[in-house]
Amino acid sequence: MTDAPTQNDGVADDDVIDEAPAALPLDAWHEAKGARMVAFAGYLMPIQYEGIMPEHHWVREHAGLFDVSHMGQLLLSADDGFDGLDEAIEALVPADVKSLVLGKMRYSLLLAENGGILDDLMLSRWPGGIYVVVNGATKYDDLAHLREHLPDEITINHLDDRALLALQGPEAAVALARIVTGEYGLDALTFMTGGRYEIAGVEAWISRSGYTGEDGFEISIPAVAAEKVADALCAQPEVKPIGLGARDSLRLEADLPLYGHDLDEETTPIAAALGFALSKRRREEGGFPGHERLMIEREQGAILKRVGLVVEGRQPVREGAPVLDGEGNAVGRVTSGGFSPTLQKPIAMAYVPTASAVPGTAITLEQRGKLFTGIVTPMPFVPHRYHRKGA
Amino acid sequence: MAQTYFSEDHEWIVVEGDSATVGITDYAQAQLGDIVFAEVPPAGTKLEKGKEAAVVESVKAASDVYAPVTGTVTEANAALEADPALVNTSPEQDGWFFKLTLADPSELDGLMDEAGYKAFVDSL
Repeated sequence: MTDAPTQNDGVADDDVIDEAPAALPLDAWHEAKGARMVAFAGYLMPIQYEGIMPEHHWVREHAGLFDVSHMGQLLLSADDGFDGLDEAIEALVPADVKSLVLGKMRYSLLLAENGGILDDLMLSRWPGGIYVVVNGATKYDDLAHLREHLPDEITINHLDDRALLALQGPEAAVALARIVTGEYGLDALTFMTGGRYEIAGVEAWISRSGYTGEDGFEISIPAVAAEKVADALCAQPEVKPIGLGARDSLRLEADLPLYGHDLDEETTPIAAALGFALSKRRREEGGFPGHERLMIEREQGAILKRVGLVVEGRQPVREGAPVLDGEGNAVGRVTSGGFSPTLQKPIAMAYVPTASAVPGTAITLEQRGKLFTGIVTPMPFVPHRYHRKGA
Repeated sequence: MAQTYFSEDHEWIVVEGDSATVGITDYAQAQLGDIVFAEVPPAGTKLEKGKEAAVVESVKAASDVYAPVTGTVTEANAALEADPALVNTSPEQDGWFFKLTLADPSELDGLMDEAGYKAFVDSL
């Protein structure tokens, strides 16, 4: 019994770095909690503690603590007297950065000249500039891209002395409220906003956001205090530590694409069904990489489109499985696939010809010489339960 | 008298005369995590020692189960289709994969006994 060579455990080739994986601030903490550690994005990360299935259900029912300190935290700030920060960032991403008020957070994409996706990221307005969270596997490429393309009057500060934790689940707010003080009560901290807080006496930037589809928080803290904060959170009865394995199954159910798998340089925001990341003003004004191509694709559709599939039967179809047309030609591929613990059936994200990207369409997939049928299904597979303003 | 052997690929095989039952070990199921699907070879399938015989899928990954010996499948465990989690809850009893007729009983000589397998797992 070994992992089959044609299969994938969710770690793409480009996530695997030849150098020995580095330890994150909570490395010893994870081991003490019984985590099984694996190399991911150049770091040793906890893949699971008690098991992917129970951890997945725990997050959907209670609250889970994820260590995502491998992700890149950057602060882009303007030198004194320079007022072109927002404009300079807007030249690289399709988001409306200018309208981002203090504490607001927005999903965006770092785009290549041809409109391909270099990374997906979160932008937030901090008092001192724009705080950016990027993927762990791409952070050094992103830093190089930003250094090359941003003017010298902008300082790029890699906040690599900070850890990043995510607390996710319907009981996350109840658990966090007991140990946090800050700018506003947690109830006023609505989805996609952030603020300055203290947890267990440690200064933190907390945003209401995450990667599971549940209500929850992302918590940026000094790396030296990471254990103290993780202990304080896990001391709450609602909270258990959760590994990367459940993080992957949770985000797949929630229609949240994973860079390096569902998104890459060959993919555009339109093909990836991320058109919402192109703000209205930016679509009209342009001035971001790939604008012309993306406007044409928005009108006419890209060749392929990312869709959700519910796979018939019980067997998961994994990343890399081709999508076949009626003649057996490969016309697309599965980019994430697994078993949905919530739905108790196999689900996938796949790129299919745009004409087939219609709910209810039967898509033929092939894996290890066997054919499968996936039904195009609106995503998210499991409804989001965010704490939205006015809700 | 039934005799149990183990492979380095974490399969167990219980042999009685020239027929045998095959499954994966408790160590293997713990490494895989929750099994959500198992594909077992139908009766009549000819298996070759060391070649793929079955597939198990956990939430995250697919893994091959190899034939510990050469032989012909006489029965697949139909219960795994409805309840693949039997591999987790009862890996060395109800969660068996298939039964086969041995082609060459001397192949058993290359496998480990229970004490040998325990030492092998401890060394991992």
